[in-house]
Amino acid sequence: MKFERYGLGIAKGLAITFSYLFRRPITVQYPEQRLNTSRRIRGNELVWSREKCTGCATCAKACPIGAIDIVTAPNLVNNRYAVEKYQVDTGYCIQCGLCVEACPFAALFMGYDYERAKYRRNELVQNKEDMMLESGEKHTSGYFYPELAAKLPRQTLLIDRITEDRTTEGK
Amino acid sequence: MTLLNPVFQLESSWKALPPDWPGGFFWHWLVFTVIILAFVLSVVMAFIWLERRGLGRIQARLGPNRVGPFGLLQPVADAVKVLLKEDIVPFDADKIVHWLAPVVAFTPVMMMFAVIPFQNGALLADLNIGILYFVAISSISTVGIFMAGWGSSNKYSLLSAMRDVASVVSYEIPVVLATAGVVLLAGSLSLNQIVLAQNIPFILLQPLGFLLFFIGACAEINRAPFDLLEADSELTAGFHTEYSGMKFALFYLVEYAEALAVSAIIATLFLGGWRGPFLPPWLWFLIKIFAVFFVIFWIRGTVPRVRIDQLMALAWKFLLPLALLNLLITAIEVLIWPGTLPWLLIFVNIAIMIVLVLLWSRFFKLGWGKVEV
Repeated sequence: MKFERYGLGIAKGLAITFSYLFRRPITVQYPEQRLNTSRRIRGNELVWSREKCTGCATCAKACPIGAIDIVTAPNLVNNRYAVEKYQVDTGYCIQCGLCVEACPFAALFMGYDYERAKYRRNELVQNKEDMMLESGEKHTSGYFYPELAAKLPRQTLLIDRITEDRTTEGK
Repeated sequence: MTLLNPVFQLESSWKALPPDWPGGFFWHWLVFTVIILAFVLSVVMAFIWLERRGLGRIQARLGPNRVGPFGLLQPVADAVKVLLKEDIVPFDADKIVHWLAPVVAFTPVMMMFAVIPFQNGALLADLNIGILYFVAISSISTVGIFMAGWGSSNKYSLLSAMRDVASVVSYEIPVVLATAGVVLLAGSLSLNQIVLAQNIPFILLQPLGFLLFFIGACAEINRAPFDLLEADSELTAGFHTEYSGMKFALFYLVEYAEALAVSAIIATLFLGGWRGPFLPPWLWFLIKIFAVFFVIFWIRGTVPRVRIDQLMALAWKFLLPLALLNLLITAIEVLIWPGTLPWLLIFVNIAIMIVLVLLWSRFFKLGWGKVEV
């Protein structure tokens, strides 16, 4: 005689749901709490370093889409060209990362920020001020730079207690 | 309620006093109607909040927590939203029936609370046939639901309404029979006197009756696992698919007001109503109502929805014979010990309940295990 069929099964189920009442909810309250992405994420934006960039335009040549538009000063100062315009139409960008791999001076990175939705198409065109590493608002992902990936925060799993808050904490 | 204490507090009375307020029955009617309306609306909002939060926690979610502290104002926000929405009537709908259905469903639910005592004598109408009145009134809102299903001219609405009628007709019988056991013990149909008769809460003297009443009442108000008429995976939203705005709000209110009425009736019939030590009676009553409602949504968070044939089989093959047996056993007990039952019967009755439930679960498998609950 299996007592599960005579009411004990329902009692067991009720006991389980009652114990779940006191379990920690796993909901991520998104705008306030954010999960850390994986360290291996490539990311879908470009981060450009003004200090390291020499204006050689290798990235623009490597881009299969031709989304990178770079204009530099004609004269060489301190063995580098001053970059006058560095503009990427991220609407065209396919996030292939070839520009990052091509950069001979490690001045270009992918970034892991993901809230990049825009209301207008022309807002997708980013100038160099929009993606400057030195602005402090851009976060480089570990793509093509494993030593950067090792320094990124560990990925948050849903079973972990969510404490990270990327909007306020240092990255 | 405490304000009414001097009027209604009686020392050792068996009967509630008729109201001796200035103006007589009119003031009594006015005050209690206002109290009942306020009580139902506010407790329904509390129920909605409690159920959404509780179900959320059972499912490891948070539940609504954006509007007000702990999301307490979420039902208010929902009500305001639903009031501002456009009232859509389908082109093919039977307009009059479609319009009347929420009213027909809503009115009897509010009328149910007329006979529920909040403390000794504190009720709108101390009918001497109180529980009969409750049973009669509570099935009228089914007519409203059927009108909604019929008038919407939507096959899913109609299917849902048919299911509701089927379940209410089937489950009314065991519910009434389970109630009859309580009436036998109390010797009265008046809810106030049933409460006064409960020196031992009837859940102890009538454990089987309580089980049958609880299951049957859950099925009658279409709470999970018997919420076949709102089975959203099959019937979109059931009978209120074609309703929006205020009419939808009325149906939503009916659903929770019915849950409140059933919680109140279970608290009154089986849990001793407003009686209890130390705390004021109305507070005891509220605590018991919320405890019963907690069990109702706890079961909703646990048990999956049954099929329609399982619903019918449970009513006719399980609840009905057990309710008849319960009535017979209770009648014999009352016949042997007229007046008050000895407290030793508590253990006897619990043993009888366990044996009968096991036995009938065994019978249920007789169809080569094809018919199960």
